[in-house]
Amino acid sequence: MFTRGFSGRRPPSNTAGRVPPGQHLVDDFPVLSAGPTPRIAPEQWSFTLKVGPKPVKTWDWAAFNALPKKTVTRDIHCVTTWSKLDTHWVGVQIDDILADAQLTPPTAFVLAHSYGGYSTNVPWADLAGEKAMIAVDYDGQPLEADHGGPARLLVPHLYFWKSAKWVNGLQFTERDEAGFWELRGYNMYGDPWREQRFTGD
Amino acid sequence: MTDAATPPPQPIPWQTADVVEIVTQTPRIKSFFLTLAQPFAFAAGQHVDVRLTAPDGYRAMRSYSIASPPDDRTRLELAIELLDDGEVSPFFHDVVAVGDKIELRGPLGGYFLWPPGETGPLLLIGGGSGLVPLMAMLRHRRAAGLTLPVVLLLSSRTWDEVLYREELLALDARRDGFELVLTLTREPPRRPGDFGRRVDAAMVLDVVHRLPSAPNLVFVCGANRFVDAAADGAVAAGIPAAQVRTERYGA
Repeated sequence: MFTRGFSGRRPPSNTAGRVPPGQHLVDDFPVLSAGPTPRIAPEQWSFTLKVGPKPVKTWDWAAFNALPKKTVTRDIHCVTTWSKLDTHWVGVQIDDILADAQLTPPTAFVLAHSYGGYSTNVPWADLAGEKAMIAVDYDGQPLEADHGGPARLLVPHLYFWKSAKWVNGLQFTERDEAGFWELRGYNMYGDPWREQRFTGD
Repeated sequence: MTDAATPPPQPIPWQTADVVEIVTQTPRIKSFFLTLAQPFAFAAGQHVDVRLTAPDGYRAMRSYSIASPPDDRTRLELAIELLDDGEVSPFFHDVVAVGDKIELRGPLGGYFLWPPGETGPLLLIGGGSGLVPLMAMLRHRRAAGLTLPVVLLLSSRTWDEVLYREELLALDARRDGFELVLTLTREPPRRPGDFGRRVDAAMVLDVVHRLPSAPNLVFVCGANRFVDAAADGAVAAGIPAAQVRTERYGA
């Protein structure tokens, strides 16, 4: 159906092909989270790679930041319908984390875990091959707590709830296990180009 | 991954709603009362996604919290604040008329919602139109005849911009375990016990102490800076972070 009297505000023509269906562009960087903002000092922060319940390796802030850093510019898409183009991030690619731990991916499924109890599932295939990183800088500055600092997962090709804020670990799981929002009605995969917002989309 | 034996989950369907009444609530907030083709059960605090389609197929979508209680499924109320640079809210405020049809789907949201069987106490903290999902909770409490202790701390710019002011004052006057605390950020307070400043930790601590015991849950809804101040205040007042649920109007 058409909505009587609605013409809308289309994205500029030079962004054609970059704004997924149902999304609109923003210039600011909205903050959405389900609870109070965790305030984690870098010296308290650590990151643990696990296979099932078993820790493989833990890095403190200094050791983690000594891993190879990459700079990326990506478009990001929030399930609440805002998209933001050309966001700049610095972080450690997931490939380099596994390499440092000398771990060969043991399963096809990963749960990201965060301070504050948040979690989200991402298939290994969506983390591997330079597709995802643990980001520590945004737009040339250390990542602010509101946006997930000290560190957040960045998986920009999926809806942004998959890019877990305040991340403190990745865990390989035997099966594709639902995380916080996936248990509460959000899609297990979250491809913005297929509008996989909620369960069954 | 879905087990082979489990049918794939069905998507929540889009449906058409009729606009049956429009009420100007404050200078910047209008309520839109809708009747649905397929009314659904929901929990107080949930929202719907609204989808607008232009003649060329372009679509815009936004989420709006439900203001009406789940106890009344005949009409769904959305209270929409006008955002000056918005794409969808000016359309609702300036174009939508009674008799129009709007596409929506719901209910959506699985966390910021009234907990079934909750005995409280509960603390609700809203900023401006962030009252909307909290209002559905308060209306549900009243409609269901619940008596659990609830305090609402509501921040508004002025007395005239207090959304649902007369209804809230009437609920407060019942003295049935609900207490309303208003704070005005651009005017002095008008009632004893109210505040005249932005929400801060001291204010949150004050309202926590108006409950008979520490709240089981705190619900905070509003713009991000407001939510941060209120949620940080709740944590500073000794409430575990896991018991503080927030909804931030991000865009």
